[in-house]
Amino acid sequence: METRRPVTLAERLAVTGYAGLHLLLWVPLLTGFILLVTSGVLVVVWVGVVLLLALIPATRALANAHRKLAARILDAPVPPPYRPTSGGALTRLRMQAADPMTWRDLLWTLWALTFGFAISLIGVLLLALVVTIPIWWYGVVPLLQARASVDRALLTFGRTEALEQRVSVLSETRAEVVDYSAAEVRRIERDLHDGPQARLAALSLSLGLADDLFQSDPDAARKLVNEARGSASSALVELRDVVRGIHPPVLADRGLVGAVQALAIDMATPVEVDADLRGRPAAAVESAMYFAIAECLANTAKHSGATRVWIRIRHDGGVLRTWVGDDGRGGTDPTTGTGLRGVATRLAALDGGLRITSPVGGPTTVHLEVPCALS
Amino acid sequence: MRVVLAEDQALLRAGLAQLLEAKGFEVAAAVDDLPSLEQALLDPTADAAVVDVRMPPTYADEGLRAAIAIRERRPGFPVLVLSQYVEHLYARELLASGEGAVGYLLKDRVGDVGEFVDALRRVAAGGTVLDPEVVASVIAKRKDSPVDRLTDREREVLALMAEGRGNAAIATTLVITEKAVAKHINAIFMKLDIPTDTDDHRRVRAVLAWLGV
Repeated sequence: METRRPVTLAERLAVTGYAGLHLLLWVPLLTGFILLVTSGVLVVVWVGVVLLLALIPATRALANAHRKLAARILDAPVPPPYRPTSGGALTRLRMQAADPMTWRDLLWTLWALTFGFAISLIGVLLLALVVTIPIWWYGVVPLLQARASVDRALLTFGRTEALEQRVSVLSETRAEVVDYSAAEVRRIERDLHDGPQARLAALSLSLGLADDLFQSDPDAARKLVNEARGSASSALVELRDVVRGIHPPVLADRGLVGAVQALAIDMATPVEVDADLRGRPAAAVESAMYFAIAECLANTAKHSGATRVWIRIRHDGGVLRTWVGDDGRGGTDPTTGTGLRGVATRLAALDGGLRITSPVGGPTTVHLEVPCALS
Repeated sequence: MRVVLAEDQALLRAGLAQLLEAKGFEVAAAVDDLPSLEQALLDPTADAAVVDVRMPPTYADEGLRAAIAIRERRPGFPVLVLSQYVEHLYARELLASGEGAVGYLLKDRVGDVGEFVDALRRVAAGGTVLDPEVVASVIAKRKDSPVDRLTDREREVLALMAEGRGNAAIATTLVITEKAVAKHINAIFMKLDIPTDTDDHRRVRAVLAWLGV
């Protein structure tokens, strides 16, 4: 709300309404705070961990509601500054605990429960008590703007702080990506060494021997030439496999949706693909998402015993989202097995992440997301 | 027989043209990109086309799309598609573009000249030729289809039919008599509910049912 422009009655009433919402949110906030502190203590006996799993998202939702209110009152964006999380429930909890914003939320809760609450209460009372309406007329907007400014200061990082945060996230994900790429390069090197290189060496040997035998023993030479052709085809087969592992040709040809449809056809279990993309994401995003989906499908085929698999791909609000679900036996633990961890690393490097819901007994849903624009 | 040849790698294009001419085909045109392929396919005297999947200008799947497009314009026009890699999805799309007269092979198969020329002849005669690699991937992965009703032996026969083999070749490969092959094929037609028609069309339909097209 611009302070220089005359403030209208509607705006005054709106601000008072927001103050009213502050008051309504006070009770859940207090409950959340008490439970949070209790479970913080109970973490020692594990029960607390379970409670925190539900409480942290709840507190974040409350904080986000206040961010929205502050944004309305100040007429300026107050974005939720949480770090992206990925992996299983416990991993996410650990990542949330390491996120400084979680602790600032707690500090802010103290403010919102006491002084913040008092300010909003005064704002509402000034109107409700009727005789104080003149004071309300002049006072309510600056009063609530003051509260919203404090909310914003506590609930978002300052510019420097935000940049520091960004740098620390980036160096973390960059280190992981460098490790991951180095491992990938080693894998490709090994595949080439054990496969095509060995075949080509054998081929060269067969041809050399055949060359020697052409005059003396043409039949043996022909046999060797045939062997050489066999080696050449095996080398081609192995090269195709290596290429598929680097960048699948169908992804280059058809983009993410086409390539995922090709993956779906090759699955033994029926896979339902529901994709709605108007355009193509950047190549890096497309490739990371493709391999993430391929990994999920491979896991489903190997472990789940599912009879039905579904994939949903959407792009909205500048985020590419994919859900891969199955009706299998569930119980997927993302911390075991390198596959999903590699996927998480690759997505994190693009500021994305993955979340797995897989209770024992199923069903399993993996939610993958990467912020990106379509072209 | 006049064949249109589309392949962007000069060495392979020259090699293929030489090979085809040595084997008694006439090369109507040997082109290296999509616009010139489309141009060449306008020639009404062309009898068949051998087309690479990846070509300029975008090096994606224009060869495949051109093959499907020409078969829409000239139904039943024989096209043999060659590629550095095979994709089950593409096989389905090709097979769905009309009954028979279509082939999809890895480029490696050109190395076996006799087989390659044979495949082209079968395609030109209205047959269906699928690369053994596509066939193998289908065998490995497909579980839920009417094909479940087939015995193992019948499935082997069907796989060879998908590769475009005739009864005699199937008999030799499986070391059984041609009479036994014919018996298996009849059983396959029955089990897959394929209506009575010319033998060629029934074979194609059996393969389509098997691929789940």
